Amino acid sequence: MDLQKAFGEQKVLKGISLEVRRGETVAVLGRSGGGKSVLLKLIIGLQTPDGGSIQIADKEITQLDENQLNEVRKRVGFLFQQAALYDSLTVEDNVAFPLTRHTKMSSAERNNRAHELLADVGMDRDLGKMPSEISGGMQKRVGLARALALDPEIILFDEPTAGLDPITAAEIGDLIVNLKRKRKMSALVVTHDVHGANAYSDRMVLLHEGNIAAEGTFDDLQGSQDEFVKQFFSYGSR
Amino acid sequence: MRGSTDDMMRLPIFVLGAGVSGAMAGGRLRDQVPIARNFLFGVFEWFGELGLFCVRLIRAALTPPYEFGELLRQCDAIGSKSLPLVALAGAATGVVLSLQTRDSLTRFGAKAFLPAVIVFSIIKESGPIITGLIVSGRVGAGIGAELGSMKVTEQIDAMEASAVDPYKFLVATRVAACILMLPLLTVASNFCGIFMGWVANTLSEPISLRLFFEDGFKNMEFTDYIPPILKTAVFGLTIGIVSCFQGIRTSGGTEGVGRSATSSVVLSSLFVILADVILVRLILMIWG
Repeated sequence: MDLQKAFGEQKVLKGISLEVRRGETVAVLGRSGGGKSVLLKLIIGLQTPDGGSIQIADKEITQLDENQLNEVRKRVGFLFQQAALYDSLTVEDNVAFPLTRHTKMSSAERNNRAHELLADVGMDRDLGKMPSEISGGMQKRVGLARALALDPEIILFDEPTAGLDPITAAEIGDLIVNLKRKRKMSALVVTHDVHGANAYSDRMVLLHEGNIAAEGTFDDLQGSQDEFVKQFFSYGSR
Repeated sequence: MRGSTDDMMRLPIFVLGAGVSGAMAGGRLRDQVPIARNFLFGVFEWFGELGLFCVRLIRAALTPPYEFGELLRQCDAIGSKSLPLVALAGAATGVVLSLQTRDSLTRFGAKAFLPAVIVFSIIKESGPIITGLIVSGRVGAGIGAELGSMKVTEQIDAMEASAVDPYKFLVATRVAACILMLPLLTVASNFCGIFMGWVANTLSEPISLRLFFEDGFKNMEFTDYIPPILKTAVFGLTIGIVSCFQGIRTSGGTEGVGRSATSSVVLSSLFVILADVILVRLILMIWG
């Protein structure tokens, strides 16, 4: 609520208020450098807001100490823009990493769980490969499996389809739709991809100059008379 | 803040430049004042950030759970993998010391002291400082580049988002491994140096290894041996902290990673030398 963040003189977020309901998928659209990724990093506590409040399941994130914040983080999955896989670990170990740290599973149980998660994203044949040996799309799939490892209630996607070819982007979009159907988790997706967002989101929010320029369904926003919204959707449709 | 390390490395150039230009033109000296002020701010800011980093590191290192598995992995990466280079450097030092000292001692008719001179100089100073500098080059660059690369590719953020403290998993383990491995590497370097000192000596004038060791260690006491070895634990602490700090605050993509690797080596070598000066003075004060 009323979230503010500035870097030096540049105000990136000027008082954003946004709610994601249980089981809902919200897409956050906007121009590059418009503060979309910053918004996700504020939510997960990687950056501190200059003002405003962030609540996850009734917990005020800005008031928590490191240990309390980590407890909340275990309930939130995060898929980074470039997947951010640990490049010294194999695909399987990347997915098992959160399980090793936060569960009391035996090694065999962890491996089984990692296999299941990787099978869900179609990556169960590349368990022993290093992140540098797989493509960008495959890295995103593995990143998604890792984000789901602790069965989060909320998942944050930072540009899940950026830099991917249209087929792989559509496959990632399908994975998000399937996740929504199968796991009923809340999701906040930061993206430029207007049509992709239409496929998997229940609601869209368009950021412009640190504020919310428009909010609603794809049809609501496409029919908007606001100059920036019209421009964004007309370019996004090309 | 990114420029502050560069500013620190530019210090000698700046001092030299300020001296020459100041003497030639007083007006131009005025232009140097803002540069000096920025440099000083940069230095204070760097030390301030380092202080906060150390506080977070101590907190992470002292609170459970402890990452023993990762510590062992780092001990292998920092210790075992540095061993060949450290042993080679130690051996080369022993050979050179033997060749050079033999000539000098012969001139003064003190050739009989050669084993003692080699053993004393390697154990008390050459071994520890050479090991410290070799490790700061190999390990400092490795840690700076690895953590820097993890930082710019958001792997450290991903770790934090997974509720894993990167200070505990990445930093504390590397610093602890440096502290534990440096003394062991120094012992290996010392052994190689003394052994190769004997080999070089024997090639000129055969002497048994037993006699060489007896002569060399005859006047050596426990207090001659332990403080210089323990001193290297402080070198390890310095290398670990400086290179992790430089790595974890990397910004600016691949160029930033290169900058972090370089500054890790430069600054950790510099601080190892400074620590050596202070510690030698302390050792002499305490143990005479």
